[in-house]
This record gives sequence, structure tokens and C-alpha cells, in this order.
Amino acid sequence: MTISEATRDQMRDLAARYPKSRSALLPMLHLVQSVDNEVTADGINACAEVLGITSAEVTAVATFYTMYKRKPVGKHHVGVCTNTLCGLLGGDAVYAALSERLGIESNEQSADGVFWLERIECQAACTHAPVMTVDWEYMDDVTPASAVDVVDRLARGEQVASTRGPVIRDFQATEHTLAYPLDGLVNEGEAVDAKMLVGLRIAQERGMSAAPVPAGDAS
Amino acid sequence: MITSGLTPIITEHWDKPDLYTIEGYRRVGGYQALAAALKMDPDAIIGQIKDSGLRGRGGAGFPTGMKWGFVPQNDGKPHYLVVNADESEPGACKDIPIMLANPHALVEGVIISSYAIRASHAFIYIRGEVPHAIRKVAFAVEQARASGFIGENIFGTDFSLDVVVHSGAGAYICGEETALLDSLEGYRGQPRLKPPFPAVAGLYASPTVINNVETIANIPYIIDRGVAWFRQFGTEKSPGFKVFSVSGHVVRPGIYEAPLGITMRELLDYAGGIRGGGEVKFWLPGGSSVPMLTAEHLDVPMTYEDMATAGTMLGTGTPMLFDKTVSVVKAVTRWLEFYKHESCGKCTPCREGTYWITGVLEKFEHGHGSPAEVDTLVNLCSQIAGRSFCALGDAAATPYPAALKFFRAEFEAATTTSANEQFDPVASYVFAETVTR
Amino acid sequence: MTITSNAGSDLTPQVELVTVVVDGVAIEIPKGTLVIRAAELLGIEIPRFCDHPLLEPVAACRMCLVDIEGVPKPQPACAQVVSDGMQVRTQLTSPIARDAQEGVMEFLLLNHPLDCPVCDKGGECPLQNQAMSAGRPESRFEEVKRTFPKPINVSAQILLDRERCVSCARCTRFADQIAGDPMLELLERGSNQQVGTAADQPFDSYFSGNTVQICPVGALTSAAYRFRSRPFDLVSVPTTCEHCASGCSLRTDHRRGTVTRRLAWDEPAVNEEWNCDKGRFAFTYQEQGRVATPLIREDGNLRPASWPEALDVAARGLAAATSHGVLVGGRSTVEDAYAYARFARAVLQSDNIDFRVRDSSDEEAQFLRSSVAGTAVRTTYESLEKAPAVVLIAFEPEDESPIVFLRLRKAARGGGTRVYSVGAAVTRGLSKLAGTLIPAKPGAEASVLTDLPAKVRAELSTPGAVIMVGERIAGIEGGATAVLELARSTGASIAWVPRRAGERGALDAGALAGLLPGGRPLSDDLARGAVAACWGVESLPATTGLAGESLLRAVTGGGIGALITGGIELADLPDQALGRAAIEAAAFVVALENHHSAITELADVVFPVAVVTEKSGTFMNWEGRPRPFAQTFKDALVMSDAIVLGMLARAMNAPIGASDVAGIRQELGSLGAWAGARAEEPNTPAGQVVDAAYLVSTWRALIDNGVMQEGEPYLAATAHAVAATCSAVTVADLGAPENVTVTGPLGSLTLPLLIGDVLDGVVCLPLNSPGCALYRDLGVRSGQAVTIGGAV
Repeated sequence: MTISEATRDQMRDLAARYPKSRSALLPMLHLVQSVDNEVTADGINACAEVLGITSAEVTAVATFYTMYKRKPVGKHHVGVCTNTLCGLLGGDAVYAALSERLGIESNEQSADGVFWLERIECQAACTHAPVMTVDWEYMDDVTPASAVDVVDRLARGEQVASTRGPVIRDFQATEHTLAYPLDGLVNEGEAVDAKMLVGLRIAQERGMSAAPVPAGDAS
Repeated sequence: MITSGLTPIITEHWDKPDLYTIEGYRRVGGYQALAAALKMDPDAIIGQIKDSGLRGRGGAGFPTGMKWGFVPQNDGKPHYLVVNADESEPGACKDIPIMLANPHALVEGVIISSYAIRASHAFIYIRGEVPHAIRKVAFAVEQARASGFIGENIFGTDFSLDVVVHSGAGAYICGEETALLDSLEGYRGQPRLKPPFPAVAGLYASPTVINNVETIANIPYIIDRGVAWFRQFGTEKSPGFKVFSVSGHVVRPGIYEAPLGITMRELLDYAGGIRGGGEVKFWLPGGSSVPMLTAEHLDVPMTYEDMATAGTMLGTGTPMLFDKTVSVVKAVTRWLEFYKHESCGKCTPCREGTYWITGVLEKFEHGHGSPAEVDTLVNLCSQIAGRSFCALGDAAATPYPAALKFFRAEFEAATTTSANEQFDPVASYVFAETVTR
Repeated sequence: MTITSNAGSDLTPQVELVTVVVDGVAIEIPKGTLVIRAAELLGIEIPRFCDHPLLEPVAACRMCLVDIEGVPKPQPACAQVVSDGMQVRTQLTSPIARDAQEGVMEFLLLNHPLDCPVCDKGGECPLQNQAMSAGRPESRFEEVKRTFPKPINVSAQILLDRERCVSCARCTRFADQIAGDPMLELLERGSNQQVGTAADQPFDSYFSGNTVQICPVGALTSAAYRFRSRPFDLVSVPTTCEHCASGCSLRTDHRRGTVTRRLAWDEPAVNEEWNCDKGRFAFTYQEQGRVATPLIREDGNLRPASWPEALDVAARGLAAATSHGVLVGGRSTVEDAYAYARFARAVLQSDNIDFRVRDSSDEEAQFLRSSVAGTAVRTTYESLEKAPAVVLIAFEPEDESPIVFLRLRKAARGGGTRVYSVGAAVTRGLSKLAGTLIPAKPGAEASVLTDLPAKVRAELSTPGAVIMVGERIAGIEGGATAVLELARSTGASIAWVPRRAGERGALDAGALAGLLPGGRPLSDDLARGAVAACWGVESLPATTGLAGESLLRAVTGGGIGALITGGIELADLPDQALGRAAIEAAAFVVALENHHSAITELADVVFPVAVVTEKSGTFMNWEGRPRPFAQTFKDALVMSDAIVLGMLARAMNAPIGASDVAGIRQELGSLGAWAGARAEEPNTPAGQVVDAAYLVSTWRALIDNGVMQEGEPYLAATAHAVAATCSAVTVADLGAPENVTVTGPLGSLTLPLLIGDVLDGVVCLPLNSPGCALYRDLGVRSGQAVTIGGAV
């Protein structure tokens, strides 16, 4: 049994957040990954037990969503967006460089068990293409060299910060955040960067602003 | 009608480092709209949103006020507001930035919207791959709760609200609103049969409104500044403003907030034009699910109606621009690989059709297609479009015919010449000049 | 398939009708009907895979796309409800519909292996058939097909070939919606989507075989039937299931004198289109261990004998005895049971007869005579579906009458029916009925019934409410009395649900002491006179004879000299020693049996009789509904019990009228219904709970050691785990060992200990499962005390 009673208590706590407990299944499976590094059979059975549904029903859900893994991820999940925009703008080269560096293909774990490499779909950061993620934190505007540098530094145990997010922890820590987002890291790192402000800056420079409120119209 | 220039409204204060905190948000007038709204009759709010003409910013452009108006009142059932923050459309990156930079605009919009539709429970369903956005929104919700804007008897009224921030787990289909509901109920995110529509039987079979992040973020401004102010922007049929994310081979990719009705040419001008003084080969106004356009369409106003006239859709309003280094064959293949990967599997045309089309396109990408297949693919797309269970199938059937319309020769060439032979892949990289060959 | 309308099966005149035009033909149908059903009513078949009239629509396969005027896109006929004036064009008249369907079919065949020549479904395959009718002759697909290792077991019985699957989700919806066993699910996503189970939890549903039957391709097959034959080589015969009192319509498929498979057959009023796995798979007993010829005992040993010799020996042996008893098994047809009832009274001049060769009581006999036998049909499957409340007593429907369970589940799922169970445990079945337990320790049920919560009493007082009484009421002192009182005071109707297919028919046929056919009390002169006239005899015994254990004790004590037995298992008796002692003590025993068993080993004469495939007859199900069936093997030479009894009567020079099914039915018809006085009701005080630390609560699991399930290893492997189940408190009291040893008067059993929703101090044990035969191994019945200790 890898799912402790404490984890089960957290599952019950998640279930209590919702009008119907089954709604907590997705966060609960994230919680399983935060403990087990993957969705284990134990984790599935624990979710089923807490929610009073069958293990097959949990399995059906666990196998539907891309973020749930059926084999150990390792310490860090490394994603490279190779959807059209990121891929063609350089994500393909970034992926190739990482694949070569780590000696693995997509959805594989490196021999030392540290990295999981994955071609991922659009991360809603197209303005920052090519985009890479480490433990799902943004690493924007990467190049093959900068991406390899990131994994090298992580491999050496050095601190690496997300470009729009906190210092990288590990895959399981992020999975815990997805179940319990109030992880105290909200103030860490810059969430807003120059690309998110580019339009605002131009507007400010050129003196453009939204129309004023017509007199007497405001509620 | 203001249809040009940049109009920072939702983005106006993004340069203030503490905007994501409740203190920072209130310093720029945040939660004033909520105070005002709670003094209004809920129906009056629905009326005001109807009058504003606000249309859903998630892609379909359905009038928001009308959607709210479908919720039956005094039906004795709980009502729910669900925010669709599953932004996963290839090319769309405006909801995640809103949540990263200005989460309280979303939270304030959620509270007002819940009040209007008489919901005492709201859910913000955020795709799981963006932990930092989830943090920001969860933190904003907690701060709002601590300030008494969420919880029991808000502002001493008899309106009570709980807001739950929910993490998804990686499935594009969950952007489809009924699939999102199934996912939020802890099931596989497969779309539901309609009717019943969510407004009547949505989450937990109760009346539910599902709105996009940007839509909800508009609400406080409309309440605070009024309908007439709002309708100054945009056109009669597409009133308001839009957070445009401009991406691709432009000099300054990023977020540009502008009135609806602005042209791509003007936006492209702000974005510094195509890199290296190049030209647009093709561009998509709102995600991979809308038909592509070319340089000849740069002057089409970015409105729901004008885009439709041009044979495409405004979609998420998040233009992607590609220059002439790009192989359209490769671009379309990659999108189809995406739709294949994200097809939920429920219906035959989408599940099997994306499997088939992707296989053929991958041959094309490698220069092995047959000339006959250039047209077979059109027919296969027509076997999906309008026959699949939900819009994902329609979306998957979109890129190829749209691309073929403008670039038939390129696909025909792909029957003998691979995409990489037709177009040097390195040339399309943003860091192309740094690559030593 | 059943034709149902969405509006419900009740087509009462107030249903609003709308006119819809399909392919130019107008039809008036109830509002809310699905287009696909409307088309069916007109004889227009729209191809479909995911659609099933008893499952909620999903519109997933898209095969049934039709063209509806004014709607821009083709719509799925299986999910589209009709509206007034709707103009529907199917593939027959619309190129758009035709093209859409052909497109979907082309997609469906992409990843299908097209291995029809080696597929069990070939010849009866909706995909094969509809590919011919609604597909294009050639596929344009040249890429590589998706492949999976095949087949995989989703249970010991059910095999899955994922390559053939078209993701219609019929099986998964059946498991979830109908059976309440969502252990079979769609897994993965997109083109990898596949049916499957959890890694460590097989699809062990009592109803799993239905998924094979409704699978529209060859993706699901059964281990029992896989590769046995091609459907077009089989002869199909409709029949009625011989296992339980649900009374399912079945289809038996046979080839060269051997049954190859059985299917649920369409009977909307009874089993709809479902059956249980026992009814589907447990039939190989019919061929194994058969008694082939008459046998007579000579010098202590049985030897084969000719029919004339055996009849002569039997006739003389019976004539030599001055008193007789007749024991009829619970799986007789109505006709056979009637023949026994008539033989006992008219030939042997004896009323010592009982069909309850199982736990029984005098109170139960009184209850059956007074309140069940020959009563008009009051509670049916259909009325159950509309019942506001159903109280179960001494009855676990999923194990003891699975089709009753399915109908109750349908009713409960529809939201209109609340189910209560008076008992000691929330069983798996009860939780799937969203039912409520009314706690009653074993032995306390009668007191609990007389003191039901006011809320339940109020619900039982609502018109249509039902009290369902299982045959285990016999083991509850005062139980039947309390049930009658409850029914009287609330107006609820009583439905007695025996476990075996023949019991209700045997009761109505008069195979019980004190009871003549049709519920006629033996003590009633008018009744007796009418029956004697019908049977052509001067008189019938007027004194109620012995039944149940009294009868057995009389044999043991020498009060009864000769016995006739018909299809009984001594192991079914709670007091097995008594049963064996009685047979041994009897001066002369004639056994009519189809299988060698403990009874044939002890009998003086054994006559081979037909199994259900070799004869025609009628089972009367729990509703009191006759379920006639025809002979499967027309040229079978084995005779029914009734025929053999007729021959025996003639050998005894006491001919007794018709022995064939038609003749007996005519006789029963001429007797008609009984409108006279009924036998007296029981009036037994409620029993007391035994004062002990641990009491047994037990019933028979659907799949267990029953002799008619022999020879089916795959079925047996899907049985529920055999264990002792106690409450968390009791388990803790016991020190939470993994295994426990349960001890009764006859011995001990060591079983895994599970925690369940069981009353404290009660241990739930299966009655007759592998490694757990309570009567034999422990010598206990429900409500009796055992000791429990941690296992060695």
C-alpha cells in the first residue's frame, strides 16, 4: 500500500469540497501522482474506495487524461510543445536536442530516472514560442541550447526558475499543487513579462487608452 | 464606433506588479463593480449584459446575456456558474495571461455573474498544465473570501457564494462545455447529448452557465462603466474589446488589447510586422479550428461577422501568423496530429476520421502521398464535418480544406517531395539565424 | 429487440400524439418518441450500433444519421425525438443520409480486422450485415490498422477482442445502467479508446453474458461458446429458463443433439431482453451424469432393468406399503408437479406430499395455502416498476431472483420506487437498488415487521406498494404471519418469490399436503369433490397429510413405508441427517431422477426422466404467470415425470387420466380457478432471537455449488468471493484476523474475513458455495448461533 491514511484523509477532504464527491476525482488523481509519481493501481483503488465507485470507473478517468501517467515519471517532467506553432518556430529542434541529450523519446523516462520527456500540446503560451515546461511550469522562448542547459542544471541539482512562475521543484510537488493550489508560491517569480505587456507599452507610448465613460452612464 | 487603436482595459494595469493581489486590484478600482452589482436586481444585471451585446470570448461568440437568460428562475434547483479556463486551442493564449496577470478581474466577474444567475456555487475549471495560473486564481479566490466577497451573506446581502478552483488533467476536449461538465463531475471528458442544454440541466443536472475566462473578465467593466461605454467599442454585432494574443513570425509577439473591428494589418503593425520584413504566408484569426487566411485578408475587420464573410471565424481571437518559410503541409499535419491525439473517442467520424487523415497527411509530409489522395482527404473531411458528435470533429475537418484552397500546389508537390525538402525547417525557427548548419 | 417508446410503455390514450413523416410515410406516434423508433414502427430500418432500446441514447456511433428537413446537418435518429410535422428522410430516400451512413461505415471498418471467417459473430453480426446494406463496396483506407493483442479476458467468462470493437458502449452502458456493475468501462482516449476493466477487478457481474449478446460486433465473446459453432449451423428454439422463479424467456441454440449456447430472449413483460449468467451458461448439467435406463435394486445393488420390469417392481413395492409419501423437487414443471399431486391422492390415497425439499415450516405451508396458491396475478414485473415502495423480506433478489433484481433496479433508477430490505446486511444487491436496510437480526425479522418505522408503513400504504417475500421466510418463526398482518394493515400486496423455477407451479398444482390444484383446500368438501370428479376417482383423502420435516420424521419413525421422490437433492435439506435417515428408513423408495445423486444411490427403483430440453411444459414464475415452453429436442426419447407416473399408475391398475402435457393442461383448465373458501392463515407468534455472540445470516449465492451449475468452470470462476462478512465492529472484536474459523454443531469452516455493512454480532456466509456448505459442514441455518475464532 503506497497510499497512506493521511493521503486518504486528503482525498476525503478534496471530495468534501464539492456538492458531489466524485467531482474531486481529477484533483485526487493528481494527489495520487504527488505521492506515487504515477497513477498506481493502489492509487486508483484508494480513489474508488473514498468515492464509493469502482476501480474500473476510476481507471476509465485515469486513462483519459494526458497528465496522468501509467508509469513512473521520475523527478522532472519535461514537456516540449511541438504543436504547429511552437514546433515550426523551433520546438521541433528543442525536442530533438533534449531527446538526444537525455537519450529518450517522448513519453519515456531517462535511464537515471530523473527526467521524463514528452511532446506536449499547445500550452497557451504561443506568444512565447517555442515553449517548454518543466514540471508544468513555463520555460518560455527556449532554444535547443537553453533547453539543454535547463536539464543540465537540473541534473546537477542547480536551481532553475520558471520564466513565469516559481523556482522549479519537482513533478510530484507540482502534482500536489494541482490538488492543493494554495502552496505559498503565488508570489514567486514574475507572472507577467514583457510579451504580456507589449500592447500595453505601445498604448502607453502612443498615448492610446480606452474610451472614457460617457457622462451619466456609469452605474 | 471605435474599431482601431489599442484599448487596454482588462490589461490596463498589468504593469503594476501587485495587480494580482486584492490590494493591488482594489487600488485600481477593483470590486467597485461588485458593490454596485449587489445593489442591483439580478435580472437587471442580466438585462445589462444582454444590452451590452457581449459575446462569448471562448470561440463560439454566443451572446452572453442571452445564455444567462436561458437559466430558468425559481425552479427550486441549485444553479451553477462554471468558468471555462481550459484554454487549450492551438494558438490561443489570452485566458491564461489574464489569470496570471489579473486574476481578480475574473474572480470579481465570477461573483457578479453568479449573483445574476442566482448561483451559490461557482467553479473555475483551469487546465492542469498551468500550475502558476491555478495558483494565482486560487490565491485571488482566497483573498476575495477573506475580504468577504465570497462566502456567506456577501456585503450583508442574502447572497452567498462558494467558489472552487478546479484543476483539469490534460484533455483539449474539456474546452467543449458539456465535456467540461462531465470532467468536472469526475468523469471522462466526453461531450454530452444536447438537449438538455446546460442552462437547463448542466452540472449535477442543474441549470448551469458556462462562460469563458475573458467573457467573465469583461463583466465587471460592463457593470462598472455601462452599456453605452462598452458599445463604443467594436461594431453593432461585435461590440466591445478583445484581448488579442498575436503569435508566430511577428517581430513583437504578445498581448494586444484592442477593439473588435480592428484589422489584422493594424495589429500586425503594432506587432512590428513579420520578422525580417517578410510577408505573411497564412494566418489564423482564432486558433487552429478556424480556416486559415492569407495576406489578402489582412484588412478584414476582426469581428464575428466580417470573419464569417471572409470564410473563417473569429474563434478565440488569437491570431497566429506564419511567414513564407513555413510548410503548410507540415503545419496542417501537425494540427491533425493534435486533433487525433485529443479526439475523445466517443463518436466514429472524429475518432476514426482523425486517425485516417493524420496517417495520409503524415505520408504527404514525407513526400509519399498520391495525387488522388489530395482530393480523397477533402472527401474524408466532409465525412467528419457536420457528422461528428461535437465541434472537435468539425474543427479537425477544417485545416486541410482551408489550406488546400490556397496552397493546393504545395500538397500536390508533397506527393513527391517531403515538407522538409520543400521548406528548410530551420528557416522557420525563431532562432534560425543562430543555427549553424 | 423490444420496441419501446421513450414516453414509457404505457400507451394510454392521454399520451399526446404527433405526426411525423418518414420517407414520405406519415405516422402518428407519442410525442417524445425517437426518430429511430418511429421509423421501426413503419418498418424502416435505420442502421445502428450504439442504439439499444433499453439503454439511454448516446448517439456515439453516428451510423443512424438521417436527414431532417430544416436541419442543416444530418441528425442521429437514435437521439432525435420527433416533433409534430417533422419530415425525416432516411438512407432510403435521402442521398445526404445515405452518404453520411456510408461515410460512417467506412470509418468503422478502418480499424476493424475484417476477420469474419474466424469470428464467432460472423453470420449474426450487425456490423457485417450493415456493412453490406449501408456500406460502400470498397474502402479507400490504405494506412496501417490499429492492432491490439487479442483476445483478453475481462472476466473468466467474457473475452474481449479490442480490434473488433466499434466503441458503441453498449456493454459499458449495460454494465452501468442495467446491471449496476460498472466494472467494464471505456478506457483510454481517441483512437486508442478501448473497453476494459481495472487492473485488479474483473467484470464479475451476474449479468455479464448480456454484453456478449448485445455487442454488435464480435468484440465480446464467452469462453463457454467461443469457436463452438457458426450461428447459421444452429437450430434455435424458444424456451423458458429452468433455474429460478424469474421465468426468463430464453433461446436455446443446438446442433446435432447438443445445446451449444443459450441467449436471453425478448419478453418485454418478464425479462425484457436480459437474463443472468446462470440462466445463460449453466446448461451442461443436462448432458452429464444422466440416469440412462431404469434401475432396480437387487441384492443391495442397483442394476439396469427394462421399463416393464422396473415398473412392475415399483408397482409391487408401492402396493406393499400401507402408507406413502411423495417428495417433489423444486424444478418440476407445472404439469409434472400436477402429476405427482394427482398420483399421491388418486393412486396412493395419500396426502403426504411436499415440493419444499428445503428449509420449510408448517407456518410457511399455511401461508402458501392460504395466501399464495391459486391466487390471481397481482404483482407483476410491470407493476413492480411502478411500485412506490417495495419491502424485501427474507429475499436477496440479485442472488435469488436476478431478473426481479434487474426490474427493481430499473424501478429504483427511474426514481419512483424506494426499496427497503428487512435483514441483517446491506447486500451488494441492495446497495445497487439504492435501498435502505431495515435492520433485523436473524430471527428478529417478524418482530421488526410488526414494528416497522412509521415512514415505511406510510409508504407501504401507498397504492401499488409491494412486500416481496422470499422462500427463506420459512426459516423465520412468525415471519409469514407478520407479513400477512403487514399486508392487511397497509394494503400492500404480497409477492412470494421462491428461488426455484418449479415451486410456484408445484404449489398451484397442489403438490403440498392439504392443498389441491388451484389453491383448493383439501379440507373443503366441494373442492375435494370437484377434483375427485375430474380425476375419475370416488374420493380423495380428506385429512391433511404430512409435509416438510414432519413427513421425513414420520418415515424415519416407520409411520410412512414408501416414498416417491421426483428430482430432489438431499443436500438441500437443512437437516441432512434427517433426510438421509428417512430415505434409509423407508421400506421402499421410487426415485424419478435425471441425474445420479445421493437419492438414486439409496432408491429401490430409479426411473430416468427428461430434463428441460427433452420435454415440453410450463414453469409458473413468481408472478404466477405461466411460462410454457416447447421441447427443444423433438426426437428425445426420455419421458417426463408425468408420463412415467402415468405408466406407474397403470402398472398399479389405477389409471389416472392424462399424462401428456396437452392433456394435463386440459385437465387443469377444466378444473378452473377456485373461488371458494381458502385455507386458514397461519397465526404463529414472532420468534425470539437466539442469545449468542454470533448469529448466522445466510442465503444461496446465484453462482454457487448448485448441481445444475456443474460442468461450467468459466461460470464458476465468476462467482462472488466466498468469505465470512461481519461489521467493522465485529471484525475489530475478533481482532481483525485475515481468516476466521466459524464453528457450528457439525464442524468448522475457515474462511477469509471481510468487513461489510452487516449488523454487529452477525456473520454473513454463503449457504452452499465452494468451501462453504453450511448445512453439511456446520449444521446451521440463518438465525442460529456459531462460534468464531481467529484461524490457525
